[in-house]
Parts: sequence; C-alpha cells; structure tokens
Amino acid sequence: MNEREAEIVICRCEEVTLGEIREWIDRGYQTFDELKRVLRVGMGPCQGRGCREIILRELSVKTGKPVSEIHPGTFRPPSKPVKLSLLASGGDT
Amino acid sequence: MTLKRTADVVVIGAGIQGCSIAYNLAKSGIKDIVVLERSTICSGSTGRCGAGIRAQWGTEMNCRFGLAAIEKFEQLHKELEMDCGLHQGGYLVVAFKESEFEHLKESIRLQNRLGIHTRTVSYDEAREICPGLSAEDAVGFTFHDRDGHADPFLTTFAYMEAARRLGVEFQRFTEVRGIKNEAGKITGVDTNRGQIDAPVVVNAAGGHSQHIARMAGVTIPNSSERHEILITEPVEPGVCPPMLISFSGNFYIQQRPNGSMIGGCSPEGHPQDYSLGVTWDFLESMSRTFVKLLPRTRDVRVVRQWSGLYNMTPDCQPILCEADEVKGFFLSCGYSGHGFMFGPISGELLAQLILGQEPRIPIEMLHYSRFEKGELLVEPAVV
Repeated sequence: MNEREAEIVICRCEEVTLGEIREWIDRGYQTFDELKRVLRVGMGPCQGRGCREIILRELSVKTGKPVSEIHPGTFRPPSKPVKLSLLASGGDT
Repeated sequence: MTLKRTADVVVIGAGIQGCSIAYNLAKSGIKDIVVLERSTICSGSTGRCGAGIRAQWGTEMNCRFGLAAIEKFEQLHKELEMDCGLHQGGYLVVAFKESEFEHLKESIRLQNRLGIHTRTVSYDEAREICPGLSAEDAVGFTFHDRDGHADPFLTTFAYMEAARRLGVEFQRFTEVRGIKNEAGKITGVDTNRGQIDAPVVVNAAGGHSQHIARMAGVTIPNSSERHEILITEPVEPGVCPPMLISFSGNFYIQQRPNGSMIGGCSPEGHPQDYSLGVTWDFLESMSRTFVKLLPRTRDVRVVRQWSGLYNMTPDCQPILCEADEVKGFFLSCGYSGHGFMFGPISGELLAQLILGQEPRIPIEMLHYSRFEKGELLVEPAVV
C-alpha cells in the first residue's frame, strides 16, 4: 500500500482512512463490528452507507472469504437521522 | 487460532471485567491465561453502556471503588499504552425532590470524608457547568469535577492489547457449555470448540453470569434487565460538558469528545427477556427529556438507538469473590449498570484475590453469601 492509498478517507463521517482500516484488520479486528468499535467506522450520521461495502471488501481480501460470507455488521434504527424535537412530539408536527 | 487444552486461568467473558482481570493477572506474572468470548471482544454490556465514571455514590464501598477507578482511569493511557477516551467534565447530579436532595447532601458528607470533593452547586453555577441547561423545577445540584466518562470500546481494547502483549490468549466465538468440577474444586470448562483443563475459572459473563454460575453449581440471585440508550449526530462541543444525571428524573446525558450526545434511562417494566431490542417508547420519552433539559438540542438529530443488559443484584452492588461451593471458581458480575466504570479497579482486586493476596480495598462484603445472610449493601444512586 503506497502512502497516497493509505490516506484515502473511507469513512467520511468519522474521517477514517484506508491505512487505518488495514492496520486494524492486520491486528486481528476482522469483523465489521470490531472495526466499528475501535475506529468508529459506520457510527456517524450516514450509519455506514458510504463505508460499509468498501470495508467488507477489505475484510474479504484479508480473510480470503467472499463478501457474501462476511457478516455486514449490525444495522440499528432509526434508518435516517431524526430530530429530537420531532421524536419528542411523538410524530405530531 | 486453536484452542489450548490446558491453562492456569480461564476467564469467561471479554468485556471490561474479563479483559481487566486477565491483564492484571498477567501483569502479576501468571502466563497461561485464556479469555473465552462467545461473540467478539466488547460485544456485550460494556460496549453498550453509557460510559460514565463517577465517585458520587451513596455507599462507602461504591465511593471507594469509584475514587480508585477514577485514579486508575487518569493514568490508564500510560499504563496500557493506548488512548481510552477519558473526558473529566464532572457529573452534575440534578435533584427534583427535597428528600432526594437531602440524601445527596448526606452522600456528599460521606464522599468528602473519603477524599471525594463533591459539593452542592446553585442553579446559576449548574448553568455555568452545563450551558443551556433548563431545570427550573430542580431543587438542587451536586457536582464532582473528577467524574466523567471514557470510551468503553477503547478502554476494553486497551486492556486486551496490553494483556496480549503479556501472553494472554483471547478466543472469540467460543461459548462455554459447561464447567467441570470434582470434589468441590474447579477442573476446567467445556466449550463449543472443545475442553480446557484449568484450576481457576473466572465468571465475568455480564448479563449471562447467572447461567455460567449455574453451570458450576453456584446459585446467585442476579437478573438481567434491558436498558435502552440513544446517540445523536455530533454537534459543537460544550452543549453538555458534564454527565447530566438524575435519579428521580431517571436520565443520564453526556456529550462524547467528538460532539455526539448519548442519553439513557431506566426502563419501565424492567424487561428481563434477554433480548436486545429497541422501542419507539424509549425514543420518544428520551427525546422529550433531551429537549426539556437542553432546549438547544431541539434540532439535533438522533442517529442510532440500541440496548444492553444491566446484570442486577438485589442491592445493586457487584458480586466479587471466590465461590464457597467450588474452590477455584471466581465471580466478577452483578455490577447493576456500573461494570464499565469499576472495571479497572475490580479487575485489579479480583486478580489479587486469585493470587492469594489481600485485595487493597476490602471486598469480603461483596460475596454473594450476603444475600442469604440479609447483609445487603443497598445503593440508592442508580439510574
């Protein structure tokens, strides 16, 4: 991996680079959820919409398993960020 | 990684307790330690918790544990050679009832006597500590500036990485199915990947610790309650610098170093079905708490909600001991929602007990026999 490749930002919400992701995969953090916990990838407002597929491909390369066999990690509600005031109103605007 | 067939110590559970115990044992020279985790590291209650650390407690035992834990957290990044995300913005405790405020003031006297510099603060001062706070209906506030929060993931991983460097083995996706004992002594564990012979087994299984205890023939009165929690998108720092908490108001709210805010409360009905689901009711009621207490958060968006298990005991204090019935079987469980913050100190104390040393803070009152004897140490300050 050259320097320019290492600096590519994969998770834009939490500003995590390809270099960091590969480093932690090499250290044994070989599921999406483990990388999420140590690097916060997928924890920002987009909830992994931007980075999940790329990270699963990185895990696939490292583990030799096809992406279809790699657990995509946990998906949590709400599916889109919702304002506290809207939730507090019980949905009545 | 193949599973070894023998070990000096088997630790069940790779949350903060298991990782801290393994690290402290390895640091003391025990080399052959295996930590078994049925999922991945920090996947249970530790990784789901509200991350708070406090010394503002209502019992002497918890005050001692809380202060000792804060002292550990303050130097942990050096000891473990990894950032643990410590943020000491204090705990601002909000009382909404006169009787509650009287209890808090009584606790302050206890805390002050033990070297914890908690004090009462006025509403104006509370608003300086937590700008944007709206709590006209509060009766009083207490504050301790060394309280705060840390990152549960980074702290647990820091312990795991440090333990690994000392030779500890971590086995993920390994579920304990049985515990072997002969003539009142532990002889090993049975897992989905084979057996391990060991003279010492530690139960640090969090929400499932009562099941693990039963496998060893030990009955503890723990139960596991589902508690819910949410996190917002990151906003500018300074919206909620302290951990804002109320026992009568039933909430805690904090702002992570990156700006996102976390909030949780004690659930209605105290669900005990071991499921980790989430509810709309929580989302709605917690959001109401946010906008009432911190009106400026109205337009902040919730990004995620999840839940975790509080491993409850009848007095909301942990079980930290060796079993009477089965020698070599140690328990560190029942933290009742405070396992993360106590992890650094409880791990050290249990390691001392396992090594046959005198724990530097007395723990004999934390034996589960207290429940049968009726010697409960009821902790009032729990959300």
